[in-house]
Amino acid sequence: MDNLLLLIQAPSLNVQLLIDGVLIGAVFALAAYGLALVWGVMNIINVCQGEFVMLGGYVALYVARAGLSPFLGIPAAMIVLFVVGWLAYRLVIFRIVERDLFISLLATFGLSILLGQLMNISFGANIETLDAHLGTWFLLAGTVTVAQIKVVALLVTLVIAGLIIAFMRRSRLGQAIRATAQNARAARILGVDTDRVYATTYALNAAICGAAGALVAMIWTISPFSGLIYTVRSFMIVVLAGLGNLVGVIVAALGLGAAEQFVGFILGAQFQIAFIFLALVAILILRSWRLRRQRRYLT
Amino acid sequence: MNWATARKLLPFALLALGVAAPFALPTFLVQLTFLWIMIVFALCWDILGGQMGYNSFGNIAFFGIGVYTATIVQIGLYQDVASYTAAAGMQTISLTPDQYFTGLFVGLAAAPLLAVAVAALLGFALLGLRGHYFAIATLGLGIAAGELAAAWTFLGGASGVQVPVYPGSLESGRLLFYFLSAGLGVATFLTLRWLYTTRFGLAMNAIRDDEDKAEALGLRTTRYKVIAWCIGAVFLGLAGGLVGHIIGFIDPREVAFAGASFGVWMILMAILGGKGTLWGPVIGAVIFHAMRELFWTYLFGWQNVAMGVLIVIVVVFFPVGILGWLRRRYPQLFVRDVPAASRGAAE
Repeated sequence: MDNLLLLIQAPSLNVQLLIDGVLIGAVFALAAYGLALVWGVMNIINVCQGEFVMLGGYVALYVARAGLSPFLGIPAAMIVLFVVGWLAYRLVIFRIVERDLFISLLATFGLSILLGQLMNISFGANIETLDAHLGTWFLLAGTVTVAQIKVVALLVTLVIAGLIIAFMRRSRLGQAIRATAQNARAARILGVDTDRVYATTYALNAAICGAAGALVAMIWTISPFSGLIYTVRSFMIVVLAGLGNLVGVIVAALGLGAAEQFVGFILGAQFQIAFIFLALVAILILRSWRLRRQRRYLT
Repeated sequence: MNWATARKLLPFALLALGVAAPFALPTFLVQLTFLWIMIVFALCWDILGGQMGYNSFGNIAFFGIGVYTATIVQIGLYQDVASYTAAAGMQTISLTPDQYFTGLFVGLAAAPLLAVAVAALLGFALLGLRGHYFAIATLGLGIAAGELAAAWTFLGGASGVQVPVYPGSLESGRLLFYFLSAGLGVATFLTLRWLYTTRFGLAMNAIRDDEDKAEALGLRTTRYKVIAWCIGAVFLGLAGGLVGHIIGFIDPREVAFAGASFGVWMILMAILGGKGTLWGPVIGAVIFHAMRELFWTYLFGWQNVAMGVLIVIVVVFFPVGILGWLRRRYPQLFVRDVPAASRGAAE
């Protein structure tokens, strides 16, 4: 609890944590939006979301190691992950799209274990990070530091979000995706190739995760087995925001990022992961209690 | 010998096999012990997952509570736990046989009690959730429990706890834990076999088939769900208490709250054998355990990848499980003997 006192004595620390949290939260928003997309369109909760994020991070890492600019890693990760997502759809996901939710949950969980282990074998179990060689800004007489890469991450997130919104609203395929989300059967009757829509949606989600992963590798660390925590963060954000609510997703993600920073600082970093998972449980319980009063439940 | 009598004799034959196995195959004693533990895992997961339609990813939490409770109680009876765990394995504990066995059995009594207490508390909160929300919440629960244990210095934190060493010879210790595990497996099986024939079992199936209708018919569904979860927690807590001693070392994430191994395996075994059946989890556990040992022997380095592939394949292509498939293919094997008197009444 000493750290709590510290926060009161040094108010600029609050600003520091808030800025850090919000900037990191932007990356969560990307992965969460992808999760919401797949959930809304295909009715699948994609548990291997976090592994896609990590895989994106590794792609960016290897692009940078090949001597290219680390920022090239972002589009590279998106392209590679788009292919990975497409393959995953063609091999596994298409078999579970219109089946029991538990089967899709467990199958994607199996995929997440599989991807984690494959990354472990191919890239090693070490925690890796990617240095983007950007400076740091000092604000408020040097008491608050802002790594420029985090600001870049926020900007990239906003750009990608804008592109996705434009794609969904304007393009023919985006309209087909939205139509399928509303009513897959009706869309099929009207001539939408739903199988292709699903494949694109899933691959698009993987690409979004890839971009998020490249950013995670630059502002934080990646390792083969830390994927699940990104899945849980995304799920939590979507549960808080509701499906199909992009603004809500961004607000919830920034809030979660800030909350994590504060809890990590006050309780110590070893409790940060426990906090995320406990927060997930707590949020679900609270939401279900509120609904239970009206004799309803989360669906 | 026809199938009906064979089916009656089969459990006894298996039991005899279970008693003879440690003497016939002494080199595989530890694997055989784990086979019984796996059977307990699969059976306990199936109570909620198969019979009640509530798919839990977090049952490992009760197992982990059992692991820690049994060992901490055993140590705590004779020593200061905090200083023991703070030494992180540098401080050894040597118990006399008397102390060891008292501690062991007190610990094994405390483990299920604490597991049930936690299950009851969490149950009332969590079991109001349905479907995938329940599944994800329990996934979070299992991992949160592991992270908390890894952060809690009283439990040794991330460096874990060294379990007291068995005072006798290595062989006798292994035999003891083999028979304790086998006893636990048989007890779990018999309890569930009885449970599924009672009204309680019918209520569980009703909840699986249509929870709203079950509730409309006057079943207090939440109460049934919590009790079923607690029954699973009893056996998982006991299994945890045993596994801590079998492995001899408690790591918070790899042994006690091993969500990515034990936690997933229990689901996979139940599905592989056929969820929602009594024998399915047992068959699934035996086949899975044998496969896992083969993976470890022949695919070393790639065994975890093979496990991931296996999960995906079983879930995607074979969700009915072995018993489910047999039931569809050879329904005559599953005919139940109906006494002549009630047969007449039904007609």
